[in-house]
Amino acid sequence: MLLLEQILNGLQYSALLFLLASGLTLIFGIMGVINLAHGAFYMVGAFCAAYTASLSGSFWLAGLAAVIGSALYGLLIETSIMRRLYARDHLDQVLATLAVVFFTNELITVLFGRSPPAMPTPEWYGTFVEVLPGLMYPVSRLLFIAAGALVAIAMWLLINHTRLGMLIRAGADDHEMVGALGVNIARLYTLVFVFGCVLCGLAGFMAAPLLSVEIGMGEKVLITTFVVIVVGGVGSVRGALAGALLIGMVDGLGRAYIPQLLDQLLPAEVSGTLSGGLISASAYIVMAVVLLVRPRGLLPARA
Amino acid sequence: MKKLLVGTLLAASCVTSLLAQAQDPVRIGFITTLSTPAGYLGEDSRDGFQLAIDQENGKLGGVPVSLLVEDDGLQPARAKQIIDRMSLDGISLYTGVIFSNVLAAVVNTATKDGFYISNNTGPSSLAGKQCKPHYFVASYQNDTIHEMAGVAANELGYKKMVILAPNYQGGRDALEGFKRTYKGEVTEIYTKLNQLDFSVELARVRSLAPDAIFEFHPGGAGINFAKQYGSSGLSKTIPMVVPVFSMDERMLAATGDVAKGMNIVTLWNPGSENPANQAFVKAFSEKYNRVPTVYAAQTYDTARLIGAALKSVGGNTKDPAAFRQALRDVKFDSIRGDFAFGKNQHAVIDWYLLRVEADANGKLVQVPVQTIAKSQVDSFAAECAL
Amino acid sequence: MSRRVLIDLLCLATFALLPLLASWLHEPFLVSLFTRLAIYGMAAASLDLLIGYGAMISFGHAAFFGLGGYVVGVIGFHTSQAMPLWGWEGSSSALIVWPLSLLVCALFALVVGYLSLRTSGVQFIMITLAFGQMLYFVLSSLSLYGGDDGILLNERNTLPGLDLENPVQFYYLCLGLLVAWLLFCRRLVNSRFGYVLRGLKQSERRSISLGLHPLRYRLSAFVIAGVGGGLAGILWANYAMFVSPDMGAWHKSGELMAMVILGGVGTLIGPVLGAAVYLGLEQVLSLWTEHWLLIFGPLLLVVVLFGKKGLYGLLLSPWPRWRKPPVPNAPPAIANSEVRS
Repeated sequence: MLLLEQILNGLQYSALLFLLASGLTLIFGIMGVINLAHGAFYMVGAFCAAYTASLSGSFWLAGLAAVIGSALYGLLIETSIMRRLYARDHLDQVLATLAVVFFTNELITVLFGRSPPAMPTPEWYGTFVEVLPGLMYPVSRLLFIAAGALVAIAMWLLINHTRLGMLIRAGADDHEMVGALGVNIARLYTLVFVFGCVLCGLAGFMAAPLLSVEIGMGEKVLITTFVVIVVGGVGSVRGALAGALLIGMVDGLGRAYIPQLLDQLLPAEVSGTLSGGLISASAYIVMAVVLLVRPRGLLPARA
Repeated sequence: MKKLLVGTLLAASCVTSLLAQAQDPVRIGFITTLSTPAGYLGEDSRDGFQLAIDQENGKLGGVPVSLLVEDDGLQPARAKQIIDRMSLDGISLYTGVIFSNVLAAVVNTATKDGFYISNNTGPSSLAGKQCKPHYFVASYQNDTIHEMAGVAANELGYKKMVILAPNYQGGRDALEGFKRTYKGEVTEIYTKLNQLDFSVELARVRSLAPDAIFEFHPGGAGINFAKQYGSSGLSKTIPMVVPVFSMDERMLAATGDVAKGMNIVTLWNPGSENPANQAFVKAFSEKYNRVPTVYAAQTYDTARLIGAALKSVGGNTKDPAAFRQALRDVKFDSIRGDFAFGKNQHAVIDWYLLRVEADANGKLVQVPVQTIAKSQVDSFAAECAL
Repeated sequence: MSRRVLIDLLCLATFALLPLLASWLHEPFLVSLFTRLAIYGMAAASLDLLIGYGAMISFGHAAFFGLGGYVVGVIGFHTSQAMPLWGWEGSSSALIVWPLSLLVCALFALVVGYLSLRTSGVQFIMITLAFGQMLYFVLSSLSLYGGDDGILLNERNTLPGLDLENPVQFYYLCLGLLVAWLLFCRRLVNSRFGYVLRGLKQSERRSISLGLHPLRYRLSAFVIAGVGGGLAGILWANYAMFVSPDMGAWHKSGELMAMVILGGVGTLIGPVLGAAVYLGLEQVLSLWTEHWLLIFGPLLLVVVLFGKKGLYGLLLSPWPRWRKPPVPNAPPAIANSEVRS
């Protein structure tokens, strides 16, 4: 039963990673941009959610505000900065998006102050559901898993059954082709970028009641998100899903069982340090192993 | 290129000479963390110190002072470069550092020709054998707060506890400190530094069903932990004992109602009847429009301690031996109650247990429960040869 | 004399005459500041060897900086505590400690490079990040050496004929090593080895068909760059008399990368300039306002969007080109060609 609960916990972390990674991987796959500022939109979403929730008291309005806030900020950044970077090499993109991160963090500090804001939640949010006989699980975390699953399904439908999806697939396969089809590329890029930001806003909203809403919260999760998309295969949404599940599960189950396992195998003073190091580095170890075996990730966009 | 270099040089030299112009007042170098998510700790510390100066119209203990605040960005390397510049500039009195890894980068330079008076952290490495004549800790020795948490847990009658902390030096010290005084049965869980999600650890806590838990997660991780502890429903059945750094006043505001019932071990009782304290809380709230945190309180106390020492040497810091003696014998009205320096020049103070409760307006406040210890000397003082 | 040579000489002259200038201005701090610039410049220039000439975008270069420093720190710790390390009582002589540290860095670079070079493009960026972070977590978990608080050193290493505790002498040592390192790198990239490396960047297939072994060349470059990063770390440990795991963390790698890009990729001396401007701006702006990132961010953006080949490129380009806007919305066909290859 405990194992089952830990699996659900791993799933919930995977859901957060997937919400962030799917947008990031699309932006990379289609525009070829390494976007270090992706986490900044997640932070903007969380701040919008917390601010709206404490002003209006409405949970769902907070969600709406998070999505709209991230989308608008994304639109602003895309039209003013990002579209000048698409033709540049990765290095310029890294430095420019890093600059956006610096700027956004400081902007939020100036606007909202340094104290992390609270995110009030409704009564039902703190309740429990019996998912299986004898296994009570908090609604807050189920909601997270559900959001992740819904976005995964929606993205599958979008990519496989719509014209936009067709363009996205074509774009991930071959940039020149899409241009040759006479599609308005600039608009497609803006759309994809803002879509990624919407997913960030959603993630920020979902995370606000469970995590500290603070400056720099984006960078804390950004590196793991990059790990996820590289493990999954850059540019592939299926890959992002696989990567998020793998990293989320390894992290969750690793934290749950590595210390107990090592305690039995090794003397206490060695196992403590070793398990701590192993747990901290687990995502990176998984990535290194995956890349050594499959240099292009688990499910790369181009077969 | 040339222009750039000359410009940079000029700008750098302008700034340094601006600092140098203020010859008259005693200059105090205040290196603290103002950026990063932990920026509010530095902000409150700085504001607490500034308040003490403002209350005396630019003086401390009747001696004119000027405060030079700089942001270390929580990077030891950056703090090192700041202290180098300040020290070459002739500053000899320092305080402000929040984090022990930053302090480590600063302390050697600061105490070579000058004095460092810690307003927040007091790592064990500098409290025992390696204690330094020009290094004073006006706040507390780091391990003591966790030892006091152990004492509090004993007194609250908890027989079986789960204790959690991130796997880094401060976290390991926290759990060791707690175990030093706690008499019941413990299970240790180490978390990752900057961990976001604690569901896995909380599931383990639930399955272990302890009487209470002790956790040490300063900053954002502490808010994450408390929010998730609340949303997992554990806060209703298993009480928490935490050092104040896992749940300061601002974290309390960010965490919300789920923090109700938390036991907080602290070195400062915000509701204390002590007149100096009453005056401080009132003045701080009026000036900055927010409730002071423990960081503001300790740093305010540090400023007044420096003031008392400056007063007894008549503002002359040129004679290190006399100034050191003045600091060792310092007498001032601490807002924390009785205050003295121990053998290793670390503060000997009282410790309190508070509990988070809602007041008449539904606002969360820390209500005093009991005094855990009076004039507590830290565990490393005996090893110090000063 | 070409403008390029003029600029290089100007840079060198400024660095060389700095202690005089500092004592003339009564600003001894400038020596300390420029020591730091020289050290970071060396780390950035060694990263440029990888990025600019080998097309290997390493996001873990700070690992060598951290490792080089830590070897000095650990040996210093054992020496001062009189605690033998595997039976060796330690030494404070730079002639023993520094080569040892460089050897450790070279071995680490050999292993990391061999594994990482199985990938390319974004995957290479990420796998070097992964190895860097693994080292960071290992350093942070070394309880004996202070964990993430790091190690405080009581003294600098000793070098016959020089007093390293003297700031000016230490500065000239760092400057001398930096110049030597830059000259070595310049010779290297203009040698046959350098041409092969750059050829690999252009077209791997052509180089293979010429009978060259890409891994061997790239790995050698990776190890050389690692040694350069390690040397900078050694100097930093001696300069700051303090090492901590955050020397090897990903922020530091990102900072080094920013310095390279800011200064100009593939110019060697550009990254030194980039380091100087990056750290100088940080210094000046943060003294001016606590919200300095609000200015620093846009400044970086301007350099990236409107400069080609970074600051060094700006200095080399004819003046009117300064105002020429970039070409927006060009087809992104070339954008991730590395990923595809």
